[in-house]
Amino acid sequence: MPRIVVDVMPKPEILDPQGKAIAGALPRLGFTGFSGVRQGKRFELTVDGEVTEELLEQARTAAATLLSNPVIEDVTRVEVLPEGSAEGEQ
Amino acid sequence: MTLEADTLNSTLDSVRVGIVTFPGSLDDRDAARAVRLAGGTAVPLWHGDHDLQSVDAVVVPGGFSYGDYLRAGAISRFAPLMEQITAAASGGENALPVLGICNGFQVLTEAHLLPGSMIKNNHLHFLCQDQRLRVENADTAWTASYAAGDEIVVPLKNQDGQFVADERTLDELEGEGRVVFRYVGGNPNGSRRDIAGISNAAGNVVGLMPHPEHAVEAGFGPDSSAVGQVGVRGGTDGLGIFTSVLKKLVK
Repeated sequence: MPRIVVDVMPKPEILDPQGKAIAGALPRLGFTGFSGVRQGKRFELTVDGEVTEELLEQARTAAATLLSNPVIEDVTRVEVLPEGSAEGEQ
Repeated sequence: MTLEADTLNSTLDSVRVGIVTFPGSLDDRDAARAVRLAGGTAVPLWHGDHDLQSVDAVVVPGGFSYGDYLRAGAISRFAPLMEQITAAASGGENALPVLGICNGFQVLTEAHLLPGSMIKNNHLHFLCQDQRLRVENADTAWTASYAAGDEIVVPLKNQDGQFVADERTLDELEGEGRVVFRYVGGNPNGSRRDIAGISNAAGNVVGLMPHPEHAVEAGFGPDSSAVGQVGVRGGTDGLGIFTSVLKKLVK
């Protein structure tokens, strides 16, 4: 089934407390090569049938109104996953 | 009790304050109790209804509506009843007074009735403590029983309590006197400029993270008040929030 992927990230100027905590834990496990972590969200919207431009537009609107809060987050990606893509498959 | 006091009490009693319940609301009963203790009539409202039942004011209570899924308040903000509340709260001169407490504050920011947003506490822990606040603006519908500069102690209990907004919005809030409550004695969660509560431009919509409805009755409140220790659970500093709106509506 085709899927539309929506990525949402905290705005660069917003302190990301979760990312900061993860960044603190990495070196304790020996992962010393990373200078920062930011944690975002990924949504997968499943579509029955073909992904039309209209559906994609709906996904963009949903991303801007419900899936993200523009005060603290940016929508960084709204994209159709190619059919048969292994990305994100369970 | 004098006749005058009796008359005032029966008049306050005629003020109907709606308390909205969402799936996952926790403090709706406490908010209703606070309204009753202040002398008003509490009216339970269900998020899925389209009818405000002619209430004179609304409290959006604390809790974890929809389990805080997606973002705190993000799903509740689209509840059918929120449409009526948003329209009535934006109604100019006689706009509906609306108070958002904790999760209710988060719902009001998601609904764009109030600016800014709440993110996780800067220390990432759930916090539960008695919190001292300063009332910065005593001209709103919900703070008129206090004087500007008054301090109160009420419980603070949340995980997503860090108030954030861009610098321009913060300057605007400060410039227009719309910072209603500020944390005193240390910033508990990293909120910008120690902001604990704000109002809209008209002053009828107020949101705050701490819980005034948990400090309204001796025996069930915090152990301290602004004047210091008050005996076990004796703090009632939050009651003024609810008497404020009742008195305003009686006038």
